Amino acid sequence: MIKRFIALVLLLTIGAIFAVLLLGYEPDAELNTTARYYADHTAQDIGSANIVTAIVVTYRGLDTLGEVTVLFLAAAIVGLVLSQGRQAAATRRGLTPVGELLTTGSRFLAPLIMLLGVYIFVNGHLTPGGGFQGGAVIASGMLLLLLADPLKHFSHGLISTLESLSGLLYVAIGLLGLFLAGGFLDNRFLPTGELGALASAGAIPLIYSLIGLKVGAEFSSMLASLTETEEL
Amino acid sequence: MAHLAMATGFLLILIGFYGALTNRNILRMIVAFTVADSGVNLVIVAIGYMRGRTAPILDATVPVATAAARIIDPVPQALVLTAIVIGVGVTALMLAYAYKLYEKKHSLDIGQFTELKW
Repeated sequence: MIKRFIALVLLLTIGAIFAVLLLGYEPDAELNTTARYYADHTAQDIGSANIVTAIVVTYRGLDTLGEVTVLFLAAAIVGLVLSQGRQAAATRRGLTPVGELLTTGSRFLAPLIMLLGVYIFVNGHLTPGGGFQGGAVIASGMLLLLLADPLKHFSHGLISTLESLSGLLYVAIGLLGLFLAGGFLDNRFLPTGELGALASAGAIPLIYSLIGLKVGAEFSSMLASLTETEEL
Repeated sequence: MAHLAMATGFLLILIGFYGALTNRNILRMIVAFTVADSGVNLVIVAIGYMRGRTAPILDATVPVATAAARIIDPVPQALVLTAIVIGVGVTALMLAYAYKLYEKKHSLDIGQFTELKW
């Protein structure tokens, strides 16, 4: 009872803070200085049509490298924490069949979902999308395959090879930017091309494709680790 | 519009905190945390919203010359992109630890775990 009361008081306090924030909030009428800089300079400096992508991959590219590292750490720890339960996976018996619709549907849809994921991360500099979104879409295709056949075994070796290879290439491209262009992860060692074309924005499509592969592999390895330890 | 989205976001954060504080089941607490996470993302995106403007993508209808007057703030969107991905990683970690805790005590009731209680 007293715990519930304390929780309620805490929530009311936070709610009051939020209410003050909300009532005092005035939307900006103009872009602030940082946003204005990005709006004015992205097209000529980076050559990417999608300004959010330019910020994520180039202006704040180092943060994105850190973010991918955090995700890698999370996937690695999930694999480590759950690794003891692995041997039990083989002994599971008598799963109810998943049904014709899901089996046939997953065979038809999984390649298309993967293709959509690839499309999303290759077009990250032109459309709303990019490596993280495309990687998540690819992992959702893997999830569909796992739903259709929970005993399916994905090769962890293949997933981790793909993951570390794309991570390594990502850093290598970043270093190329350091030596051939203005700095680490600078995309302009490749021609920036015409705004809005697929082969534009320098190295951004390359970097975002690598991020997409890496994120897709990381999410897939998390999914595989979580399903393989199910129902001990 | 920005106020509505922001109020929804704050409400989601409060719902999430309420769920995390009052539920005894660890899985329910994890779900509550993801609800609060979505609320935070919604608030950040709502801060970047500006009435009558369009997405920060340059094309024929949003030429570079007038971009600064036509697009919404791209920075909060880039931040939220990061936050969503980290949120997924954190959720996966919480689920893995929840599994480990279940393995140890064969219960997901937070009241069973008294080792760190004072």
